[in-house]
Amino acid sequence: MNIASRFNVLPDDRQTVQFTLDGEIVTAKQGISLAAALLAQSGTASRQTVNGAGRTAFCMMGVCFDCMVNVDGVPNTQACMVTVRDGMRVTRQIGLRPLEGSNDV
Amino acid sequence: MGQPEITIIGGGVVGLSVALGLLQAGHRVRVLDGADSDARASQGNFGLVWGQGKGWDFAPYANWTVDALAAWPAFSKTLKELSGLDVALDQSGGFEFFTDQREMDEFSAMLNTQQAHVGERFSHEVLDGDDLRSQMSGIGPNVVGATFSRMDGHVNPLRFLRALRVAVTKLGGQITSDAHVAKIAAHQQGGFDLTLTNDDKLGADKVLLCAGLGAMTLASDLGFRTKIRPQRGELLITEKLGERLPFISSTVRQVDEGGVQIGGTKADAGMDDSETLDVMAGLARHAVDVFPALASVRVIRAWGALRVMSPDGYPVYAQSTQHPGAYLITCHSGVTLASMHASRLVDWIDETSSAPNLEPFDEHRFAL
Repeated sequence: MNIASRFNVLPDDRQTVQFTLDGEIVTAKQGISLAAALLAQSGTASRQTVNGAGRTAFCMMGVCFDCMVNVDGVPNTQACMVTVRDGMRVTRQIGLRPLEGSNDV
Repeated sequence: MGQPEITIIGGGVVGLSVALGLLQAGHRVRVLDGADSDARASQGNFGLVWGQGKGWDFAPYANWTVDALAAWPAFSKTLKELSGLDVALDQSGGFEFFTDQREMDEFSAMLNTQQAHVGERFSHEVLDGDDLRSQMSGIGPNVVGATFSRMDGHVNPLRFLRALRVAVTKLGGQITSDAHVAKIAAHQQGGFDLTLTNDDKLGADKVLLCAGLGAMTLASDLGFRTKIRPQRGELLITEKLGERLPFISSTVRQVDEGGVQIGGTKADAGMDDSETLDVMAGLARHAVDVFPALASVRVIRAWGALRVMSPDGYPVYAQSTQHPGAYLITCHSGVTLASMHASRLVDWIDETSSAPNLEPFDEHRFAL
């Protein structure tokens, strides 16, 4: 039995944006969440826990906090809760956030 | 092991500390703990091990507090040995920060009086804002000064509660959760029969009421006259930080796991433990006044909790004159005083030759 997928694939003609992940340029389709863009780019960890374990986006709905990255200098940003933008500067978050948040500005 | 001869009503920080001491002294102890829907001060507290200001107008409390501070290092070591848990005691000295000169002057005067009660066993310093800023980077320009006492500090409050539970269990104490005492009947010849709300019946030679705000009705049933009242405090918890704040204060402190607790408000709101927007905003403003770098740190939780206050704010340690063997043990500073509750208070209950004189803490001070 074939059940129709409810997963809507974005049209191929959708415009793209570019952001940087730890300085590397990443291209993503406009309108998707940063978490989706990170997952589409690679399956590697986008943050590290206090104990050094790798994590990346999981729940995609703001609950699990495993997608936290630094976005334009703001640490502990949930990547699933922001839409990817052109020129966004994203860095992987390693361990706890520093007191002075703006380590990338 | 036989039937527990001592039943402690209340499984928070106070009840468990006393239980720990009684077990170490060789007693068989049962602890009746309430439910999460109860007003549990032990789950909302700040974890301060703190002396500044305590007992400035009541010398016995000033001395009892200093005894407690001095006993904490050994107490936390014992807890670790028994429970395997490190409560992260940091007694490297604590600050009270002020943004109002008059408030600071008043508090300094209180500390001078406190100092006179306890002499060299206590010490405090008063620093003006510029002194403070030259010694410690990051203190905000609105801070007019601070007082400092080198014995003050803190523990991780929730881990402390857990360590107590584990330690009490390890020593053979029986902790029953979700237990509410409906009725206590005293026998003519001594001893008590307890009836729980689920109709379970228990016997005990001695009953210790350590149930905080939950002790009010039972206390008057046993002939105690102390009126315990709730005092609401609100607090904010921030996201965890990778660095350590350079200070411990009674209003802004960082637990060992990295989160910052901001609190210290007082309100009479009955049994209502809600949090309120204006108080939360005031707390956030105070924290940023003290340490401006906190402005970019997110608050991730906020809650209100109810302190357990006697009419004059000091502890009550009383044995019922009507029903000997029934005790009322209640206080606000259950964390700070835990080191005494697990040791010298037990000598008092056991009436050993080394029992401390706790007569000043009897409830006859509330006589009409």
